[in-house]
Amino acid sequence: MDAHNRLYLTKFTTTTGSLPLTLPNNISEITLSARNLQRRFGDHLVINDVSLELRRGEVLGLLGHNGAGKTTTMQMLTGCLLPNSGEIEICGFNLLLQPELAKANLGYLPETPPLYRELSVNEFLNFAARLRGIKPSSTAGVLAEAKRNCGLESVGKKIVGTLSKGYQQRVGIAQAIIHQPAVIVLDEPTVGLDPAQIREVRTLIRELGDTHSVILSTHLLSEVESVCDRVEIMQHGKLIYSDTSEQMRQHGNVSGFVVGLRNPPPLSSLEGIPGITHVEPLTATQFRVLHKPQDNPKSELLSMAERQGWQLEQLIPLQATLEDVYVRITSPKETGEALSKESTP
Amino acid sequence: MIRLIALRELRGLLAMPSTWFLLAILQFIFTWFFLNTLQTFLELQPQLAQLNNVPGVTTVVAVPLFNLTALLLMMLVPIFTMRLIAEERRNQSFALLLSAPLSTRQIVLGKFFGLLIFLVLLTAGIPLMIYTLALGTNLDHGLVLGNLLGLMLLACSYVSVGLYVSSLTAQPVIAAIGALAILAGLWLADAASASESSAWHLISPLYHFQNFNAGLLDSGDIAFFVLFSAVFLVLAMRRINNNRAYG
Repeated sequence: MDAHNRLYLTKFTTTTGSLPLTLPNNISEITLSARNLQRRFGDHLVINDVSLELRRGEVLGLLGHNGAGKTTTMQMLTGCLLPNSGEIEICGFNLLLQPELAKANLGYLPETPPLYRELSVNEFLNFAARLRGIKPSSTAGVLAEAKRNCGLESVGKKIVGTLSKGYQQRVGIAQAIIHQPAVIVLDEPTVGLDPAQIREVRTLIRELGDTHSVILSTHLLSEVESVCDRVEIMQHGKLIYSDTSEQMRQHGNVSGFVVGLRNPPPLSSLEGIPGITHVEPLTATQFRVLHKPQDNPKSELLSMAERQGWQLEQLIPLQATLEDVYVRITSPKETGEALSKESTP
Repeated sequence: MIRLIALRELRGLLAMPSTWFLLAILQFIFTWFFLNTLQTFLELQPQLAQLNNVPGVTTVVAVPLFNLTALLLMMLVPIFTMRLIAEERRNQSFALLLSAPLSTRQIVLGKFFGLLIFLVLLTAGIPLMIYTLALGTNLDHGLVLGNLLGLMLLACSYVSVGLYVSSLTAQPVIAAIGALAILAGLWLADAASASESSAWHLISPLYHFQNFNAGLLDSGDIAFFVLFSAVFLVLAMRRINNNRAYG
């Protein structure tokens, strides 16, 4: 049995001894569920009817513009802010009714890492572990593990305040995972890191995602592409799109390709090929060719190029990047359409 | 958990060089004052010896020292309490406590006791100095212990006020000035009302300390300190909860 299941067991046996011990296995599926969250600041409705579900072994990316409500949502999921209405359950515990049991299964890295700058890294992580209910006898073990995971072995004795921003961010991640929580909430975890560190942190998140549930907010689309299993896009306090990151890339994909011809024919003869709807010259020898999604004129074009000596150089299918898709989904005129397409998790 | 947070507070305070600097300065002030009053006492002693029912060394040396400490604490405590919540909010480290499996009560009491332990350390030099006199003379132990108890209760009331003001804001300086304003206001309410029976005396922690200072142990004074501290601690807990609810 791994570490987090052990944590469940101790929680169950010590605090709610009457519950059957089989429960930990049953609840290992959905670790976090939020239903119909609403949050106002004064008259301003910041979060409107947000529902989320997260399973063990899943990394969920929360995407959105600045001010879309990502941080507010995460603050509500971690108990730092109460929703005006709605329910949050972490590992089967209601966050509002049984906050202490629910939060024991939670690790949170806010936008600014919550650090005590005057303590050393070891002291701080030790405190963070004890705070989450790790016994003094086992803190040394979890401390070493968290430091190894976050690459902090060499700075254990340094004062947190003297570390560089990248290392401080790593300490922030370490405090969030030190107690092996079932749900890890990371608010823009790679901000302020250099490219090498970003790659390390992403690998770490990916590893964590295999055994824990991770929810991370970001506006870096490459992060979603490389790390997340699932994407939720947020705009104006609403979730407007939800899908796997692979599916999202397919969303609104255009059918077409870029073709390079060393000896190009006049534009009209390209447009004459059946199925091709639009040809746009990119350079003298490169053309962007759009076609109807149902009939692909690729083979026709290839054979014509061969017969007429156009000297084909390259043929690259157009693939929308996540960035294109994201912009398309969040742009105002598409919002209505995206809403109607929204798939329920 | 309360102990864990209290020790963290203490550790954080002791990790800062400025704390040690302040401790040194205060110890210097206490010692200078102590030696000064002791010298006055020694000069007056031949004359006092001729009178009947004269004040002893405890009354002449220890009592003013405790009185001075009570006044100094009024100005010092806000400087320390401003860090407790306001600075954590500003550094955004408060989220660590809010997202940890802790109740608001544990957070507030942890911080309260953490600072209280520090204040015990800060004033620990005073009884030590006074008890050096026991080498050469007899001390009024009851008076010294009564004063120490009063000083601790006074510190409790100051810390709870400071903690509450600290929970109101994310600006440590505002928290310090606010707490100082309340404490100084309570002191002035006591000092400025001339009539002995004025109700203004009753709300001032320093007024209630005067009885301890004179060696009078009144359960009413103890009840005042306990209630006063409890009210502000509960207000601080409510404030943190409301902050979650109203943002």
